[in-house]
Amino acid sequence: MAKIPLHFILNGEERAEFVDSGATLLRLLRDKTGDLTAKSGCLQGTCGTCTVLVDGAPRLSCITLAEDCDGADVETVAGLAAHGQLHPLQHAVMEHFAAQCGFCTPGMLMAAKALFLTNPRPSREDVVEALSGNICRCTGYEPIIQAVLSAAQVMSASGPGAA
Amino acid sequence: MEIRKKYFADERNDDLKEIGQSRQRSDALGHVKGITPFYADRAIPGLLHIRMVRSPHHHARILGIDASRAERHPGVRRVITARDVPHNVYTVLSLINIGPEDEPVLAFDKVRWQGEPIVCIVADSERAAYEAAQLVQIAYEELPAVFDVEEALKPGAPLVNEYHGQNYYRYDSGESRKVILGDVEKGFAEADFILEQRYQASPIEQAPTETTGCVVVPDQNNRFTCYTGTQAVFFTLDNSSVILQVPGQQLHFVGGTAGGGFGGKVDCTTEPIAILASMLTGRPVSYIYNRYEEMQISSPRAAERIYLKDGVMKDGRIVARQVRCYVDSGAYSRHTPYGTQKAAAHFPGPYTIPNVRIDCYCVYTNRTPSSAMRGFGVTIGDFALEVQMDKLARLIGMDPLEFRFVNAYRDGDMKAHHQPTEGAALIECMQEAAEWADWPVDPRCMAMSSREPRRQP
Amino acid sequence: MGLSYRRFEKVSAATSFLTEEAGACVVGGGTLLVRRVNEGDAAVTTYVRVCDPEMKRIDEADGRIRLGALVTMAQLLGHPGLQWLAPAARIVGGPAIRSAATVGGNLFAASPYGDFGVALLALGAVVTVHGAVGVEEWPLAEFFARRDSLPAGLIVTSVAFTRPEAGTFRFVKASRVKPKGAAIVSIAAVIARDAGRVGAARIAFGAMAGTPIRASSFERALIGEQLITATLDRLEPHVTEGTTPPSDAIASAWYRQAVLPVHLRRLLLPEIDG
Repeated sequence: MAKIPLHFILNGEERAEFVDSGATLLRLLRDKTGDLTAKSGCLQGTCGTCTVLVDGAPRLSCITLAEDCDGADVETVAGLAAHGQLHPLQHAVMEHFAAQCGFCTPGMLMAAKALFLTNPRPSREDVVEALSGNICRCTGYEPIIQAVLSAAQVMSASGPGAA
Repeated sequence: MEIRKKYFADERNDDLKEIGQSRQRSDALGHVKGITPFYADRAIPGLLHIRMVRSPHHHARILGIDASRAERHPGVRRVITARDVPHNVYTVLSLINIGPEDEPVLAFDKVRWQGEPIVCIVADSERAAYEAAQLVQIAYEELPAVFDVEEALKPGAPLVNEYHGQNYYRYDSGESRKVILGDVEKGFAEADFILEQRYQASPIEQAPTETTGCVVVPDQNNRFTCYTGTQAVFFTLDNSSVILQVPGQQLHFVGGTAGGGFGGKVDCTTEPIAILASMLTGRPVSYIYNRYEEMQISSPRAAERIYLKDGVMKDGRIVARQVRCYVDSGAYSRHTPYGTQKAAAHFPGPYTIPNVRIDCYCVYTNRTPSSAMRGFGVTIGDFALEVQMDKLARLIGMDPLEFRFVNAYRDGDMKAHHQPTEGAALIECMQEAAEWADWPVDPRCMAMSSREPRRQP
Repeated sequence: MGLSYRRFEKVSAATSFLTEEAGACVVGGGTLLVRRVNEGDAAVTTYVRVCDPEMKRIDEADGRIRLGALVTMAQLLGHPGLQWLAPAARIVGGPAIRSAATVGGNLFAASPYGDFGVALLALGAVVTVHGAVGVEEWPLAEFFARRDSLPAGLIVTSVAFTRPEAGTFRFVKASRVKPKGAAIVSIAAVIARDAGRVGAARIAFGAMAGTPIRASSFERALIGEQLITATLDRLEPHVTEGTTPPSDAIASAWYRQAVLPVHLRRLLLPEIDG
């Protein structure tokens, strides 16, 4: 398999890696960059635990081809906490007991972050829709929905641009 | 959080320090930062990948295996078959002295369910392993298969597993695990009404988001570190040690972090093979089920078919309960003989019934072997019992909750298992539930106590 | 063997490559093809990425709407002129699927997936395909009929349809999982009224056959009728005519046929049954 050089931004840092041609973004992240936060749950694009942001849009890294991300801006949970401070979403997930086994949590956090980018004051219905591609087998979703709503409140109270 | 002190206050100390307190879970910070180390979350250079060649048939004799093209395929490091496995026996129950050594780690003479592993491909990439798996040629002679628990017990049914000689697990009590109290026939003769119903449930997949698997890294001195998602770390270590015929100190298991398990990650299906692959190649190896394998190959909760026959009096007393429960073990035992025993221990439910007969059968069919899931052997039985309780209440025109109050265990009642009841609390649970649900219940039920001896009729 | 990725700026160059390379497949959002490869389908050896900007455009001229095959569901949802199509675009998946899933790719989704194709079928869409013999336009129903035996090298580049009159397009999808999941059945309808009666009707079903299908018999019977409960009672035998639904993990064929008239009724008479 040919090795293909790729340049991209990962959580604000410029990266250059060689990948096998045809590899997915998930493999690029996990095997090449050492960022193991995006999980491999189904490899079908159905469970959502590999969700990352590509140029600000939520993408399932397991069905996104790495070569389509050349030059892209990629964000993962590893970039969520800024300057050592947890993101309000991370705080809220802890407070609301919204993570049980923790395997879906990175995908949930990135799906919620994608929501906040376009809709900083989501309704409950908006949150349910935003998380509709992410499966959690432990919590029954309600604590996660509450966590996202509560994070949105905290962030809108602390002013625009907090996302 | 609130602790109710209305019931059994004299049985409890009130100096509890942890109970009643909210505590942050210790792994929450790792979860929200995405750094909780699940088994696959390790960057390991030179990692090899396993794909398994599996049976496309439900039941077939293996006439020949030709893996020569797969062995020559670019990227393939090793092809493993049954003869490479030091002790080719799946050992989960023999390890706890229950027994049957009825399943091979890799099939060699027969396959007994669709998906049974036969040939293991170890390759540089998942892709190379998938490609090579398609190059393995296996000649089969298809055999008749049986998929239904009652069909499997009929004379002339295809024999699923030669080890047992018949399509059921033989307990020391015979063809079924039995519980007998009093005389059910006498009870039915006395009853005002009799209700017999059939209940059944399909196999249920635990469906964790993290699929079953492990990553094995060889270290110095012929030791192997196995990072695994198992819920049974030491059990799996011991099984691997027996299957691989190596002393336990050569194996170092790192686990306890499962991306969802729900009782299903206790079958040690990936670890022994992955360690063997690492031994044979000297390389780190990963064996990770894909989603199809998680859903179809990993053991589900067993399917069950349950016949309940009850004799009930007009005043609400159940005087006889007969249970016939058929648990579908699939082609092999795994944990199901134990689950079937649990079912027998759980029937006839939390009710005091003077005449009880329970027969629970662990049946072999050509389906995916079933095994553990939380509450296995219990959950489906509870569904059947409680639906039956509602139907019985309707039959005699009694409120379904009141019907349960009449029959609920009390301290001192003789259980079907010939043990006197101790520490009963069902009456109090129902009283509390009735209040919360605003369900009107006769005051005489609200005045009952689990400690108050039952008046003999 | 092995796997590779090839990028083509021109559709014609991609077509030639596809014709020569047996294992080459056009990739859109990856929801079908990358999944297949992830699950071990070694027959796919090359992902073909077509980068023609025309294929990412949404155009409208003279009441005719053209969607490039690489237009994503997220793009459709963000397009001010296409909000009436949002119910069909939103139901395709969660936000991450919608930012990848394409209009063209949806036409290849096997039942019970491919809900957007159901909407396009009811809209009377025409598919533009580029192949070895040149550019052709196929009615969408013809495309679905030929989908399992398409000639090598064929690329869907766009779909086009006439903008329906405001308020005439309806869409519903029934799933087991809320807020969304694979279809038990999906239904799209464009119903034009003429003096209180049905003047023209195009109704399409998803998950009621191997591909989306038109409810031809029911459509014909509906013409000239009043859209009221009594009409639907009388015409109910036509609803399942010609359907051959799959039995899968979502629903049995029997169940799909049993509930189809119920969901159709709710779609057509929302004021009564919604």
